[in-house]
Amino acid sequence: MSIITIERKVLEKNDQIAQQNRVLFQQHRLLVFNIVSSPGSGKTSILERTIESLDGRITLAVIEGDIQTDLDAQRVARYNVPAVQIVTRGGCHLEAGLIRDAIRQLDLSSFRMLIIENVGNLVCPANYDLGEEFKVVVLSTTEGDDKPLKYPPMFRSASVLIVNKIDLLPYLDCDISALTANARRINPSLRIFQTSCKTGAGIPAWSDWLLQEANLRQT
Amino acid sequence: MHELSIAQSIMEIVAEHVPDDYQGSVKSITLKVGELSGVVVESLEFCFSAVTAGTRFEGAVLEVERIGLTARCEQCATVSPVSNNAFICQACGSTQLTIISGRELQVSEIEVADNERKET
Repeated sequence: MSIITIERKVLEKNDQIAQQNRVLFQQHRLLVFNIVSSPGSGKTSILERTIESLDGRITLAVIEGDIQTDLDAQRVARYNVPAVQIVTRGGCHLEAGLIRDAIRQLDLSSFRMLIIENVGNLVCPANYDLGEEFKVVVLSTTEGDDKPLKYPPMFRSASVLIVNKIDLLPYLDCDISALTANARRINPSLRIFQTSCKTGAGIPAWSDWLLQEANLRQT
Repeated sequence: MHELSIAQSIMEIVAEHVPDDYQGSVKSITLKVGELSGVVVESLEFCFSAVTAGTRFEGAVLEVERIGLTARCEQCATVSPVSNNAFICQACGSTQLTIISGRELQVSEIEVADNERKET
């Protein structure tokens, strides 16, 4: 019997590629973020409303992750935004290598913001760095105010929380102050936006903040 | 079910340290798994036995060392365990914490049985 002692991160290959992606993004002074959530929280709807609200004030591109279809990329492409679809064929998360391949289909100097929409899943994408600058986690009011406590790795790794479907609050038992308090127990530095894609509430505040962040990277 | 791709990555790392022409067998692999790593150990063990089946690593056992979540307080410098549900310093109540353990997901040891090695 002999023991080989190594100390190697299991996801080191992913992390290395993610770092290469990050360097590339920084060279192009891009604002790159990764949107994560459970399925059906409204990630693609937020993207659509965000593009409408930005209204051409910034050039952007989108990478869409989906388990099975290219429906989301079709939705985004209607806005004349470059959109690359990654179909993971059952894979529950995006990996850095998939992003590296996807950005080869994009001209990184032709836009200033890249939005990566991850596969709908609040567990697995937390482990996989894609090279993004930050993660945005979307939580809809129908999912309940205790969700941040149930998925701490994801809420800890995100920088921004968007609480979506706030138009439904009158019909739900979701307590929004409990929800945000729970999220801040896991991650006190979370920046929180409250939105409704139905009414458009909160979308201007969120998209103006994005625009401001993207402009900071240009100077 | 990202445990499947994690199991695959573990096998790739082990393969880099145990040469193809090695005649002995890999008995166990020690893995450090942090509380905040988001990995379900039981699921990982199942996936690992599935990905190693029929390979030269079939039968290798995953020895999991679970690492608890601890953080250093940026206000009072106390290092204390953190409950998964509240990132609060247990000494002063500050929420400005830096995680110092609990994110691990790494292969630390490979145990090989070389008694089957063919003498040349």
